[in-house]
Amino acid sequence: MRLRRFSAVLRARNYEFFRDRAAWGWSVLFPVLVVMGFAYAFSGDSLELYKVGVHGGSAAAHEAAFFKVRYIQFIPIEELAEAITKVQRHQLDMLFDMTRGRYWVNDSSPRGYILERILTGDGEGRFLRQSVSGEQIRYVDWVIPGVIGMNMMFSALFGVGYVIVRYRKNGVLKRLRATPLTAFEFLAAQVMSRLWLIVSIVILVYLSTDLVVDFRMYGSYADLLVVLILGAITLISLGLTIAARISSEELANGLLNLISWPMLFLSGVWFSIEGLHPYIQKFALILPLTHVTEAARAVMIDGAGLMAISDHLLALMAMTALFLAIGSYTFRWE
Amino acid sequence: MKKGFINPVLLEVRDLVKHYRDIVAVDGISFSIAKGLCFGLLGPNGAGKTTTVEMLEGVNPPTRGEILYLGSPIGPQFKEDAGIMFQRTALQDHITVREALSMFQQLYRRSTSIEKLIEQYSLQEFVDRDTRKLSGGQRQRLLLAIAMINAPDILFLDEPTTGLDPQSRRNFWRLVKSIKAMEKTVVLTTHYMEEAYMLCDEIAIMDHGRIIAQGTPDQLLAEHFNDVVLVLPEDDFHADLEVLPNAIFNEDGKVEILSRDVNATIIRLLELGTSLSQLQIRPRTLEDLFLELTGKELRS
Repeated sequence: MRLRRFSAVLRARNYEFFRDRAAWGWSVLFPVLVVMGFAYAFSGDSLELYKVGVHGGSAAAHEAAFFKVRYIQFIPIEELAEAITKVQRHQLDMLFDMTRGRYWVNDSSPRGYILERILTGDGEGRFLRQSVSGEQIRYVDWVIPGVIGMNMMFSALFGVGYVIVRYRKNGVLKRLRATPLTAFEFLAAQVMSRLWLIVSIVILVYLSTDLVVDFRMYGSYADLLVVLILGAITLISLGLTIAARISSEELANGLLNLISWPMLFLSGVWFSIEGLHPYIQKFALILPLTHVTEAARAVMIDGAGLMAISDHLLALMAMTALFLAIGSYTFRWE
Repeated sequence: MKKGFINPVLLEVRDLVKHYRDIVAVDGISFSIAKGLCFGLLGPNGAGKTTTVEMLEGVNPPTRGEILYLGSPIGPQFKEDAGIMFQRTALQDHITVREALSMFQQLYRRSTSIEKLIEQYSLQEFVDRDTRKLSGGQRQRLLLAIAMINAPDILFLDEPTTGLDPQSRRNFWRLVKSIKAMEKTVVLTTHYMEEAYMLCDEIAIMDHGRIIAQGTPDQLLAEHFNDVVLVLPEDDFHADLEVLPNAIFNEDGKVEILSRDVNATIIRLLELGTSLSQLQIRPRTLEDLFLELTGKELRS
């Protein structure tokens, strides 16, 4: 790869983006407005359903009347320790360990208090009370990693995929192909241009909205940056794969929407996927945005380090390798 | 000045074929292009000239056949040595003329000074303008300057003056002549026979993916014609066309008479009471040659 050629194309792409006021405004203002809007809309309480985790047995199979109460969502739990942390964070209102007959509530959670009153008012005395304490994680704290991930996804997919398809359609790629520029140099310049842009915008969005909303951040900013950079590279690679051969903007638009909308709803951006059907939860694991969101959320809310989120990071690396391999193999200039 | 074909061969094409599914765009053509000459590919739309030139440029792989540059198959070095101006091209949005030149300059190992190109191709007035805001003539001059950014040994121009007004077209011809004067090899495709005649040292006429005639313009005209054309306004010609062999009405409302003996034809016209006040006599052109060879207008 020749750095001179790479930097020439990188510079041209940067000029193109920064001088396009509409694209610039959309890339920066939209995510800020979304986060602000969510901060305002969910500044009060969290979601309407009561969420109760159930470990070591099925809530439906239990005879106690409590487990038949409507408007309580019973969520199967596999890792008890993780679930206790969620009770601390107010992400679960109550947690049952069916095998050992215990339950946990957060002493400072009004929702936990109400659920506990329902449980004890029902005359249920077989469960031993365990209390935890911890600061409530507001919905906006919970949703911000997802919103950042969503912004990255749209910027990566449409900002790279769509641009390459436009270049192919209007003849820019054909003209560049006639020069000594290689496909790798061209694609690397597109990735780099969008990567630093995404990371800069995410930092800007984070800082500006943090001034207003004051997010919780229990982890390391460096770890969060690692997650965001790796996530951005994965999503950009996915955009390149989509754009590798297509020359129709309409088709590209359709495919990019086909990929982005399921990610938007099934990657845990807006709500936890724990309550979804197990098959959908498994499906969500093949979506890069799921790993970006969960890793960023683990760092921000749970204070997780890189080792704790290594599964997500490895998944993102594997996806990046796969997308780049497919993208570079199938790429065509025209 | 037209040159003899004693120059060494720069580009050689052997039995070149290009299929697009069931369509045969180029059907087994062979020719060679000598160094320092301007080689023209003429033909109507769909003749296969753009496909041919794109295969020569290395951007469209042939289905079959060989293209040799300095005796070897075209490879990475060819891209360093070739300058290309496509028939239809676009540059990145929101970049200025100078930035476009600068970007392309950095893509090559060898390059020409940007300031020199700006002056040579008269880009000074709009050098800081967004490339999307240029007129047709300005844009073609910029694209020609970009094609020359690497000081190419061979320059490909694919219908470079299509859509330009006559003044811009003549201005463009002047620039191409200046490039020829630098001993560059030029490969030109065009609809315009006047352009081919003005610029090309050798031409190949294509139709249905095949070369149907090749040589210098004068050679081809001499080989195919030994007559001239007498042109009269229709209103001045009062007799039936049948009385004169080789006379036709053309699309411009004029009568054209092909004649090997101008004196005899003029005497016959006078006998028929024809006014000769607006008589024009012109030699045969490449347009006539094309019509003769294919039965089609060059620009149909």
